[in-house]
Amino acid sequence: MLLEVNGLKAGYGPTWVLHGIDFAVAEGGVTALLGANGAGKTTTLRAVCGMIRTEGSITLAGKPIQGKATEDIVRLGVAHVPDGRGTFMELTVEENMKLGAITRHDKGVAADFERMFELFPRLKQRYRQQAGTLSGGEQQMLAIARALLLRPRLLLMDEPSFGLAPLIVQEIFGIMARVRDEQQVAILLVEQNANLALEIADTAYLLETGRIVVSGPAADIRQDESVRRSYLGY
Amino acid sequence: MNGFLHQVIAGIATGGIYASVALALVMIYQATHHVNFAQGEMATFSTYIALTLVQAGWPFWLAFVATIGISFCIGVLIERVLMRPMDKAPVLTHVGLFIGLVLVISNLTGWVFDYTVKPFPSPFHDGPLFGGLVTGHELGSTAVTLVVLGLVYLFFRYTRLGLAMRAAAFNPASARLVGVRVGWMLALGWGLASGIGAIAGIMVAPVVFLEPNMMLGILLYAFAGALLGGIDNPGGAVIGGFAVGVIENLGGTYVVGTELKLTMALVIIIGVLLVRPAGLFGRVVLSRV
Repeated sequence: MLLEVNGLKAGYGPTWVLHGIDFAVAEGGVTALLGANGAGKTTTLRAVCGMIRTEGSITLAGKPIQGKATEDIVRLGVAHVPDGRGTFMELTVEENMKLGAITRHDKGVAADFERMFELFPRLKQRYRQQAGTLSGGEQQMLAIARALLLRPRLLLMDEPSFGLAPLIVQEIFGIMARVRDEQQVAILLVEQNANLALEIADTAYLLETGRIVVSGPAADIRQDESVRRSYLGY
Repeated sequence: MNGFLHQVIAGIATGGIYASVALALVMIYQATHHVNFAQGEMATFSTYIALTLVQAGWPFWLAFVATIGISFCIGVLIERVLMRPMDKAPVLTHVGLFIGLVLVISNLTGWVFDYTVKPFPSPFHDGPLFGGLVTGHELGSTAVTLVVLGLVYLFFRYTRLGLAMRAAAFNPASARLVGVRVGWMLALGWGLASGIGAIAGIMVAPVVFLEPNMMLGILLYAFAGALLGGIDNPGGAVIGGFAVGVIENLGGTYVVGTELKLTMALVIIIGVLLVRPAGLFGRVVLSRV
């Protein structure tokens, strides 16, 4: 397992939002984290990359990363497309992308830029533009490109569909599927839209108020009666 | 007419000093949203270091570079030791800390280098040039200032480290998520600001003479310049600094007289805050969701 999480508690201030959860992300493929608003999905991603207070064990490829600083976890190959997209509004698209690769000194960076332009042609058109002027969908693409330019082993994605038009969401999930197939990266996907997430995921976990209540292969979870009624709506 | 032109040019020369200090203020402001009131005292302390080195027989420009280096380290040290632990403290704690810094550095300077007013050597040709239009020091210090400002611009615009520092200042959370060591970027910002302040101190000391409160008025003008140009806009702050230099000189000569010059800084500060709080070039971030 690439990422293994055991007994993870996490929260803001004195209260815990996650009350000891266990989950794992396999090398390659997509793992989905489902749940309603306030279940703790975003908190889980923030906990994995050390943005908030945590307890419990988190290991990346066998090495413990719980309690490390965010920038150190990132440098181990964990990229995060955060809630709200994390765009550097004042900087240009070019600078945003360069920041994605700022920790890298290998020769593959230029080729990875080309690959990002191929995945997201619109970023090439907007290359010199201030990132704050991009549309929501374009900013989401920029956030994904920025994360992928780190050449991560693990990609954390927080609600990539949030606030976007259905067509753009389709485009973004199509690109995610391509990335999953063509690149050596495991994706941990947080999504409110369970239908969408279960289509692309291999494994899924269902969070309810800070606890994992259902877990298993995505195909099985899609068949699960209670999940279907509460989260899939059919 | 010649007199007027001379006043403008002299204004540009002092304006360069204000511009440098304004830039130092803005650099720290952008990253921390605090105005470093101690910027002036830090610069004065640095200038004394330069004087000590020059008096010890170092060539001027070697002393100049060494002073910048030492000042850089002092800036980094202050951030690491004093500012870091205050990271999440409320605003008033920071204000208290800055006032404390002003007093401590000012008194330390007086204690170490004594309080007497000292002349400071200019590295440039002494005396008037071009028929009295400009002095050698004015021309030289303006050139140094422009080179420094240009280098700072190139550094932030075209280097990896500059980009990382801007990212850390604009959006620390996102900067961490791409692996930027935000804490160190802040320390580096303090170091750079401190180095730039040192240059301003060394360039102004031959004109105003060196004493522990040398930079007090200059900091006020620089702050006025930073506000005029936009406290969150480095380029604006630089232009504001030059503008304040010219306004101060012309106003002092033709309107209020030299005794009331410093009040003009206050007038500018209050005027800007009343009429256009963001400053002339205050950043307007376009944003679509």
